Amino acid sequence: MGRYADNPAAIKALYRGNEVHRDVYTDQEVYRLEMKHLFANAWVFVGHESQTPNKGDYFSTQIGDQPVIQVRHSDGEVHVLHNRCPHKGTKIVIDRAGNTGKFFRCPYHAWSFKTDGCLLAIPLKKGYANTGLENTDSGKGMRAVGEVRNYRGFIFCRLAEEGISFEEYFGGSLSSIDNMVDRSPAGRLEVAGPPLRYMHHCNWKMLVENQTDTCHPMVAHESSAGTAVKLWEELDMPEGTPLPAAMEIIAPFMSPYEFFENMGIRTWPNGHGHTGVHHSIHSNYSAIPGYMDKMVEAYGEEKAKEILGENRHNTVYFPNIMIKGPIQQLRVFIPLAADKTIVESYIYRLVDGPDELTQRTAMYNRMINAPTSIVGHDDLEMYERAQEGLQSDGLEWVNIQRLYEEGEDFTKEAVENGTTERQMRNQFDAWVKFMTWDMDDVREAAE
Amino acid sequence: MSVSKEQLIDFIYDEVRMLDEGRYDEWLALWLKDGHYWMPLDYKQTDPLNVTSLMYEDLFMLKLRVERLNGARTFSQKPKSRCHHVIQRPYVDEMDEAAGTFVTTTFMHYVETRLDEQTLLALTARHELALVDGKLRIANKRVDLLNSDAAFRNIQLLP
Repeated sequence: MGRYADNPAAIKALYRGNEVHRDVYTDQEVYRLEMKHLFANAWVFVGHESQTPNKGDYFSTQIGDQPVIQVRHSDGEVHVLHNRCPHKGTKIVIDRAGNTGKFFRCPYHAWSFKTDGCLLAIPLKKGYANTGLENTDSGKGMRAVGEVRNYRGFIFCRLAEEGISFEEYFGGSLSSIDNMVDRSPAGRLEVAGPPLRYMHHCNWKMLVENQTDTCHPMVAHESSAGTAVKLWEELDMPEGTPLPAAMEIIAPFMSPYEFFENMGIRTWPNGHGHTGVHHSIHSNYSAIPGYMDKMVEAYGEEKAKEILGENRHNTVYFPNIMIKGPIQQLRVFIPLAADKTIVESYIYRLVDGPDELTQRTAMYNRMINAPTSIVGHDDLEMYERAQEGLQSDGLEWVNIQRLYEEGEDFTKEAVENGTTERQMRNQFDAWVKFMTWDMDDVREAAE
Repeated sequence: MSVSKEQLIDFIYDEVRMLDEGRYDEWLALWLKDGHYWMPLDYKQTDPLNVTSLMYEDLFMLKLRVERLNGARTFSQKPKSRCHHVIQRPYVDEMDEAAGTFVTTTFMHYVETRLDEQTLLALTARHELALVDGKLRIANKRVDLLNSDAAFRNIQLLP
């Protein structure tokens, strides 16, 4: 046993308001405990229902380090099952997506299971007669996760059987998903193609924290956004020339600190929060002809204006996704080790919305978040330098103190200056809560 | 003026050498102004616009990409990356002498390195070339990575 297992006090001591200990980023035991506790007790994003539109459609992914299958059952509901044969442990699904028909069949010994996981058949079943197989976990079939919720097409699950309810966990933060989906005149999104997949040699939380880090764009991205602005000026286009879409996307990264201060940050309980309360880098994209008309037709003028007037920048759903409502993008930060994270960046099309919006979103995704992206390159460089720098014994603590106030209360929604690091602190407050939610206390047990 | 098969093949060899040697101004000058460099994300992808690609860049974006490499505050290029193409003899798939348009397909291995890391990519490059004012130019270039759906580390230079 290491320093942190079954020791909630040691976990709590890693976060002290304005600072967090480097072990949360570098320690493999802390990573193992995150997988066992945090990712089991929290509600974690699985996929979008449009990735499994028909009965028998499946999609494989992982929740923390747990391999799971999202599958559309014969009753039309989306189920999430552990991707493991209850017999010998063989992964049932290896490809990323497909259709399994009415049942899953393990390729090793042909045990088969309904698409809700129930055991369907075992070849030569008489070999198990009178052995009590039905009383074992293996005899029950493929295990489902603790609980699943389909919220407006987005599938979330909680691995643990018992725990916080979906509504209590997300609370008011669901308004960001609502806004993203409401931007479709039909009130529905569909996944648009496969995600970008980008391997980072850093801790997953660095990526999550960066989503609401508003003091880095003009610094880390000067080489891309700053150069873009310079090249555009050198072209010396006549006054009033509309910016090309690429410039509309990248130029706002160079906005001054004041822009980011005034955009505001909102935090919700349980580690969720977003930048861009009042405006954001997505606010000034040019209008697409015909879109507003369709929205007014679908929602009425007042509601349509309200939906499109909201331009939230990045919304973090703790622990490990970020969505951009105005452009229908979702990024999931999948932890593979203390120092290894895979980032998958999805885009969605607005059902009944114009193709031009999908095209702008696809452009944003490849320009900003691809392994080939001139913006992504500098972000990755920062994370990996931090991962290496944290090995230094010169200082063991990481500072998250910008606009910190003594005794901050994260149980209440709050709106603050857009450059505060409050959302990072909010995430660590939730981190401690769900890490220690079901953690035994060895010292109490010893007493 | 006509173009021989050998001249088309030499053009492809010269292009990758420019990239390997970092002669980007020369390389940008090869492009027609409405050309696109496309690197699909999905195997056999047909649509560059409505789904994500790894790259789909016009000349402005390519110029930005190249310009950035030499910037004083381009942190991911401190130190700089280097790259190396090993190519098979290009296939000349189409030769329309009258229109002055040509298509080649080239199989290659692309190696990119920085610090202690080295990435090897197997890829197929499809060039659409055009003869303009007596010079061969790139009208479009499509680069299909053999493992386009894999999770990549940084790819910072140009395959």
